[in-house]
Amino acid sequence: MSNATRRQPRPDSASSQVARLLSMLPYLRSHPYTRVADVAQLFGVSERQVIRDLRVLWFSGLPGLAMGDYIEVDMEAVEGEGTVSVSNADYLARPLRLRTDEAVALIVALRTLRDVPGTFEREAIDRAITKLEHAAGEVAERAAAVQVEVDADAVAEVAATVREALERNRVLHLSYWVPARDETTERDVDPMRLVVVDGRLYLEGWCRRAEAVRLFRLDRVAAIDVLNATADVPGEARPRDLSAGLFQPSPGDELVTLDLTRHGRWVADYYPHESVEELSGGGVRLQLYVRDRPWVRRLALRLGATGRVVDPPDLAAEISAEARAALAGYGVDVQ
Amino acid sequence: MSQQLKSERLMNLVICLLVARGYVPKSRIRRIVGGYGGQTDEAFDRMFERDKEELREVGIPIETGSNDPFGEDEPGYRISRQEFELPEIRLEPDEAAVVGLAARMWQQSGLAEATSNAVAKLQAAGVSADTRALDVVEPRVGREEPAFWPLWEAVRDCRPVRFSYQKPSSASAERRHVQPWSVLSWHGRWYVLGFDVDRDDSRMFRLSRIVGDVEPAGPPGSYEMPPSDEVRAAAIGFSPPEPHDLPTATIRVRRGAGHTLRRHAVHVTPDDEPGWDVVTVTYSSLGRLAEEIAAHGVDAVAIEPEELRTRMVSWLSDVAGAAS
Repeated sequence: MSNATRRQPRPDSASSQVARLLSMLPYLRSHPYTRVADVAQLFGVSERQVIRDLRVLWFSGLPGLAMGDYIEVDMEAVEGEGTVSVSNADYLARPLRLRTDEAVALIVALRTLRDVPGTFEREAIDRAITKLEHAAGEVAERAAAVQVEVDADAVAEVAATVREALERNRVLHLSYWVPARDETTERDVDPMRLVVVDGRLYLEGWCRRAEAVRLFRLDRVAAIDVLNATADVPGEARPRDLSAGLFQPSPGDELVTLDLTRHGRWVADYYPHESVEELSGGGVRLQLYVRDRPWVRRLALRLGATGRVVDPPDLAAEISAEARAALAGYGVDVQ
Repeated sequence: MSQQLKSERLMNLVICLLVARGYVPKSRIRRIVGGYGGQTDEAFDRMFERDKEELREVGIPIETGSNDPFGEDEPGYRISRQEFELPEIRLEPDEAAVVGLAARMWQQSGLAEATSNAVAKLQAAGVSADTRALDVVEPRVGREEPAFWPLWEAVRDCRPVRFSYQKPSSASAERRHVQPWSVLSWHGRWYVLGFDVDRDDSRMFRLSRIVGDVEPAGPPGSYEMPPSDEVRAAAIGFSPPEPHDLPTATIRVRRGAGHTLRRHAVHVTPDDEPGWDVVTVTYSSLGRLAEEIAAHGVDAVAIEPEELRTRMVSWLSDVAGAAS
């Protein structure tokens, strides 16, 4: 049970191959002449792996069985037309039961989706959950094993407005707060979709002001209106590829070093960082990439004595100047 | 090619145990499953034990028993079709659509493989859940912490665990003993909820604060899992209570700035000086409020209570002095 390894058979191990075949066979029986590429996509393996899998079937069967009971795979069609057909696999007509992790993954995802404010499909989700729980049997009882909470309450109205605009294909007007500059900006957005990442809601859309696809965090929307104009997402607009995560350092980012006392350690929990090094007394030295200096300035002011910027030095000086200027608001003059 | 031979052998073993009426004695398995023949007794025993184990690991239920109620027969093996097969499931198109959409949630996580296996099984059972269709809602869960897996396995198997936990407020990590109930993502961070054996109460732990490995602290099945609703209720119990009767503070905030202060404001009135507002907020922690005001730099100045002003001056003085 070490953290580094999961005791899961590799996808190309013999037992994984057999488990996959036990789903693939019933699938191919009910979907004759499926393209090898589609099978590969469905099972998340390469086309070569699908062909290797099918070769196993070619030799499967038992001497005790009648000739007509052997599984037959038309390997000529596989290699020629790239389509798959199997016959005589009557005793493997249904896939294996769902394993605990499979049932939990699906049911938890459905529950999460259900909690997304503005979701119209609640009723269909509830029906699907009931059916899946029934089919999964006792393993579904473990579905509370994983929970994903959606930050719903504060943004329910904004989310409902976004869904309405998506349904009616209308442009949205947003008053949107930009935290790095602490200013509220006004923009018209052609909505593309509602994105829920780690329980947090975002509107993804074509920002007419930036002339680019942008993600807007719904809890930063100060005001939202559906405009009486038809949304028109330009053809070149592509949804953001979320596979690399939402926050990726970009080439212009600046590497900042922060020393945190043990009361400032929370920063390491909250923000993606490059490195973290323990300091004596329970503190840490953190290095992180930063896009906007105002953001670090605000962070350093918030940290007070629990953390300070040590590098770059000119940023440290900027922060201390800002603190002196703020002190002037209290009639305190610091040299 | 040995991989292919092994897969063929495993496949034949599954077919053999599935189509048989009743338990199949080991000697018969050895005779009819291709790949076992030609092995020495010892090699066959080893091979057969390992094959059974591997098939069970991927979820194939191999049972041991005897066809003879008096157990006089050689014990045998079988796969019960009822335990093996996914029961009948029919989803309406709208149900299939939400399943396909939900399945995309784990794409970047360690549950991605389990999800695609589940979808493949449903497809094989005749459900057409299209996970590629573009939809107007896109759910995602990011990568979990390394501690996710051992804890998830512990929850699945009702197996107590121990780990070192670094609380932000303490200088060194503490050893904790927990019976985990649930692994949960809350405000984008992963936690484990469970019964803390040392504290004799339920506790929630942040996964990123677990230092080193999560280790088993007992055999599987050594505690009783509370019912699902109780686990969910316990999780909700750890969220902050609804505030009431909170003290208020007033802050001068530059117009166009201070969104986070204004968002929770009781009221906002224009200040005598143009370009500024007076924002009244409630607070549960003076320290937290001071930090929030400090973050706004020159754009926010605390007016009252006096205690808050004093706090601001000392806080900002620390920052002002930090560089020198």
